Amino acid sequence: MLATAVIMFREVLEAALIIAIVLGASRGIAGRGKWVAAGIGLGLLGASIVAIMANIASSEFSGYGQAILNAVILLCAVAMLTWHNVWMSAHGRELSAEVKAVGLDVQSGQRPLTALLIITMVAVMREGSEAVLFLWAIATSGEHSLNMVLGGLGGVASGILVGLLLYFGLLRIPVRHFFSFTSWLILLLASGLAAQAAGFLNQIGLLPDLGNGVWNTSNILNQNSLFGQLLHILVGYIARPSGIEIVFYVGTFLTILTLMRTFGNNRSKPIKTAGNPA
Amino acid sequence: MLIRLFAACVTAGIFAIPGAAFAAGPVVLSIHDNQFEPNQLVLPAGIKLQLVIRNLDALPAEFESTDLSREVIVRGHGEVNIYIGPMDPGTYHFFNDFNHEMQGTIVAKPAVNKEN
Repeated sequence: MLATAVIMFREVLEAALIIAIVLGASRGIAGRGKWVAAGIGLGLLGASIVAIMANIASSEFSGYGQAILNAVILLCAVAMLTWHNVWMSAHGRELSAEVKAVGLDVQSGQRPLTALLIITMVAVMREGSEAVLFLWAIATSGEHSLNMVLGGLGGVASGILVGLLLYFGLLRIPVRHFFSFTSWLILLLASGLAAQAAGFLNQIGLLPDLGNGVWNTSNILNQNSLFGQLLHILVGYIARPSGIEIVFYVGTFLTILTLMRTFGNNRSKPIKTAGNPA
Repeated sequence: MLIRLFAACVTAGIFAIPGAAFAAGPVVLSIHDNQFEPNQLVLPAGIKLQLVIRNLDALPAEFESTDLSREVIVRGHGEVNIYIGPMDPGTYHFFNDFNHEMQGTIVAKPAVNKEN
């Protein structure tokens, strides 16, 4: 039961932390709650579909398809986080004024609400599909299944709890520093996700590894420890990175930073993005 | 890159280490009775290898190695193919993310003694 709880906790943690950060970073944007909730709902739906596909289909899906799906999901999240961050760097000042003044809608520029939806959706979908697959398997086999399902649900609850703690922790940061802090956090988070995507593409031979284990800091901080895993999710810590992961990490970091600087310097200029229904 | 890979393949073929479990075709790693079989794989360093993970159990497993940046779900009674390497000589841990009791290692050994 405890083992199941720990596994589910680890599965849920990543999605919970990403959602917490996204909710924190979108503080003050009217209507974000609905969009994030819709993202979670769609993500759970998508996760179930992926889990069912993985169960019924095929060696085609497992292996190659799985890695492609993971990479696409991760890169989607990176793109949306980029959009969000660039938008925030252009509008963060208005927002922090607004957060102080409570609840006015932001008028200028397109609000990154679609981005919020897609970020939460893909985060839930990726982690959730593994969780659903796992829970489903233990629910349909073995006599200890009730205990294990309960343990699993406990793990899910703990993961969400940690997400909430992070969220409320973030809210304690003074508004003055809040948006720059969350921007940096998202910048590192997105870079880490891009590195993960590179790992998936390398796994099926679509990208070269450019050196395996360029350095190894497992002795200092094991990536499989809880703290190592937390840092892996939040800032993309990899104890033994391959060259391609480093390239993706640094490349994403510099790209987003450049975009933020470019659009952040000229706040009056609206950001050109794809259509936003909000 | 290709030339290097080709050369590595050739040398690995000629100077096979006695007792090492490689490596003409894909390397097979089985999951059976909540164990990896074998739980230690000795593989040649310096070449790209195909790894087939075959799950003989009913429960799904998630083969994961942070050392190798690998993470793949293997459904019950299913199998997946992934690539690993080219590895530097050394030890690489892997585990089942759905059951952390299940651990194993890959030991990468140089196929040829390098002069430099």
